[in-house]
Amino acid sequence: MEPTLGLLGGIGGGGGGGCGAAGGKALSCDQTGLNAPKSEKDYMCISKEAELELGLGLSLRSGGGGGGCVEVKGKGSAWGEYGRILTAKDFPNGFSAGTGRAAAGTKRAAADSVGSAECGSPSTAVSQVVGWPPIRAYRMNTLVNQAKTSNADEDEGVGRNEKKENSKKKINHGSDKNDTIVKERDHLGFVKVNMDGLPIGRKVDLKAHPSYETLAQTLEEMFFKHPSVTIRGGKEQSTQPFKLLDGSSEFVLTYEDKEGDWMLVGDVPWGMFLSTVKRLRIMKTSEANGLAPKFQERNEKQRARAI
Amino acid sequence: MAYSFPEEVLEYVFAFLSSDKDRNAVSLVCKSWYEIERWCRRRIFIGNCYAVSPQIVIRRFPKVRAVKIKGKPHFADFNLVPEGWGAYLYPWISAMARSYPWLEEIKLKRMVVTDESLELISKSFKNFKVLVLSSCEGFTTDGLASIAANCRNLRELDLRESEVEDLSGHWLSHFPDNFTSLVSLNMSCLGSEVSFSALERLVSRCPNLKTLRLNRAVPVEKLPSLLRRAPQLVEFGTGAYSAEIQTDIFSNLVEAFSGCKHLKSLSGFWDVVPAYLPAMYNVCSRITSLNLSYATVQSPDLVELISQCPNLKCLWVLDYIEDAGLKALSSYCKDLQELRVFPSDPYGAEPNVSLTEQGLVTVSAGCPKLQSVLYFCRQMSNAALIAIARNRPNFIRFRLCIIEPQAPDYLTLEPLDTGFGAIVENCKELRRLSLSGLLTDRVFEYIGTHAKKLEMLSIAFAGDSDLGLHHVLSGCESLRKLEIRDCPFGHKALLANAAKLETMRSLWMSSCSVSYGACKLLGQKMPRLNVEVIDERGSPNSRPETCPVEKLYVYRTVAGPRVDKPDFVWTMDEDAALRLS
Repeated sequence: MEPTLGLLGGIGGGGGGGCGAAGGKALSCDQTGLNAPKSEKDYMCISKEAELELGLGLSLRSGGGGGGCVEVKGKGSAWGEYGRILTAKDFPNGFSAGTGRAAAGTKRAAADSVGSAECGSPSTAVSQVVGWPPIRAYRMNTLVNQAKTSNADEDEGVGRNEKKENSKKKINHGSDKNDTIVKERDHLGFVKVNMDGLPIGRKVDLKAHPSYETLAQTLEEMFFKHPSVTIRGGKEQSTQPFKLLDGSSEFVLTYEDKEGDWMLVGDVPWGMFLSTVKRLRIMKTSEANGLAPKFQERNEKQRARAI
Repeated sequence: MAYSFPEEVLEYVFAFLSSDKDRNAVSLVCKSWYEIERWCRRRIFIGNCYAVSPQIVIRRFPKVRAVKIKGKPHFADFNLVPEGWGAYLYPWISAMARSYPWLEEIKLKRMVVTDESLELISKSFKNFKVLVLSSCEGFTTDGLASIAANCRNLRELDLRESEVEDLSGHWLSHFPDNFTSLVSLNMSCLGSEVSFSALERLVSRCPNLKTLRLNRAVPVEKLPSLLRRAPQLVEFGTGAYSAEIQTDIFSNLVEAFSGCKHLKSLSGFWDVVPAYLPAMYNVCSRITSLNLSYATVQSPDLVELISQCPNLKCLWVLDYIEDAGLKALSSYCKDLQELRVFPSDPYGAEPNVSLTEQGLVTVSAGCPKLQSVLYFCRQMSNAALIAIARNRPNFIRFRLCIIEPQAPDYLTLEPLDTGFGAIVENCKELRRLSLSGLLTDRVFEYIGTHAKKLEMLSIAFAGDSDLGLHHVLSGCESLRKLEIRDCPFGHKALLANAAKLETMRSLWMSSCSVSYGACKLLGQKMPRLNVEVIDERGSPNSRPETCPVEKLYVYRTVAGPRVDKPDFVWTMDEDAALRLS
């Protein structure tokens, strides 16, 4: 195994020499020999201060450090402003399952992780971590669709022979041929979201949201809370909270339904919305006039209130 | 050379070599063998579409008949690769359309396929036979219509788990009336209803049809009609397996299934009503593969079905099977080789079923041929993993997903290092491993020491420091694919083991702490790697060099930097420092 490319200069060595094995057997390392004191936490066998500058041949600390990216000392990794994964070291007195959730919440969607990604609220649901558990979206959507189907069927089937899953069925000798063709299901709980002015869209999993409010919150976090997100055209987004649903912000949330019409989000019951939405668009309020009668009505009400 | 075999003889001999490894070895013997081999290679596998360009492939292998290409990194399955990243098929098709007029097979995984590509395929290759689109996207049913209409000799159309924009079911009706060559059709991922009469006629006129996987829109009462027309079927996927229970539907199903004496594989079963499952009992004794992973059926019904399948080799099922069902599985199905247990409610805060580590322990004890496992559960212990490892040293694939990130051993609250350590130590033939739960650098030490045949490793929310990554990169001699997310790995192990990366297909690291500066350095020092930074926050030059990048994808290539990058991907190379954004 080639030890290094000489990248790490004299001190650092390639594979960290034979030291640093945390309490266990020492690594037998045929890397560039180095005589350095053993240290449990620091496999490079160098003091923390020097480690980032060590032998990379360049200083990774830019002069002055600028902007938002500051090294976090003490844990030996440049997490910068992105918070860090809690590990067993953070819980020297043991670990309870509950705390595990906090760790999961620490790392939000990679694109979302900004600044305040410290130890989050205690019982952060697993669903807030993007791509975890690692199940293909195709499978997830199918499962969720089935849950919807069976709920719907239970509602319809009241009074007739049921399809309860745990009991033996009574055979129906009736002659009526029900039309049981399963209607086309939208397999995709993930829908595309585009925002005016941003060339790259995102995807959001509608099935992971129980209501408009959580959806709006997620979208606001996705699109508006990046300090460095700039809209093409040079304007920077301010970081004030945007309310996508109540018409009070510069942007409004709209969706394209199965018929191809663009509608304002929030007008129909959530369940109905889920079954007709094809994709979402965060539109400039100025462009959304005339989108749906209710919108103008709402606008007028607000103006009336303001007066 | 006067004394060597004539070319024709060598060519004849080489024709017996099917494995790429063998052919690659042969081509290195001498220049004439290289030449002979390259003219007679018929099948190409490209594990990373950006590792090589269509032009390079065509230049070296002018007579290819079958290509298999993989595109996006595996973590794209879990939405970790932003949309518009790449893996476009079109450049490949347009190049191959000119140079491989006799191309017969195209098999793709995680590529972006457009209707334009599909149409070009259907018109360019006169003898086109096999199209497999696995987890692909970007096309609509119009593209399928082109394939159906124009590929006169089509044998296989397999759309497994692709994301298809479903405009209508009309595409199926484009198969001409004199089209009879179909052997395999998998349309299970489509939503729309196809014309049932067109489907019936298609099935009727294709006597070689062996695989038919329907989509959800085909109701259960229509199945008998199809099964009766294709009693030679070997693999069958139902549609929605639910209906109002009626005796005539049920008895029709029983009769139709009985007529299929060659059925080995069953799948589908969306919306399944348990009362219809017994309709299949007549064929169960021959069944070797059962995909019940969409069947929301409780354990007793599952067990009743499984108990009829003594020859089962492969089972995919939801965690409704529970520990009790897995115990039954281990006693009925002694031939079992592959088991996948998926979670029915992955986002629920509390377990909804009684499926624990015990189920996996039982199956590993009772099924001597078990070699491949994918298991989602909510609790695990080192003791269980050690028992599993001792029971089943013949694992080649072991993928465990404990749903809660960083969940410790639930009995001792310790990390699961020793448990996974036992797996790699005992299972000497292990080729693929996915880790989960609370893990320290220690587990990577075990992996680096023991997992010498490991080819693919998936890591999430694990480790303490670069030492962990270093163990893996320096110890795993057979490593080809490494994918890491949310781990505290920086640049040290990466830079120290940079040369290792040239021996691998690819490395993915997302939400780790590899700095932009380190990425640039890696790119500069390793010209035969593409070091790509994926960052949706805008150019990394706008942030300090110490700032970690969002995502890093490193792969070896002979094609140079990508020319089709979206604006959130940057290639690190000599020019990286000079570019403004």
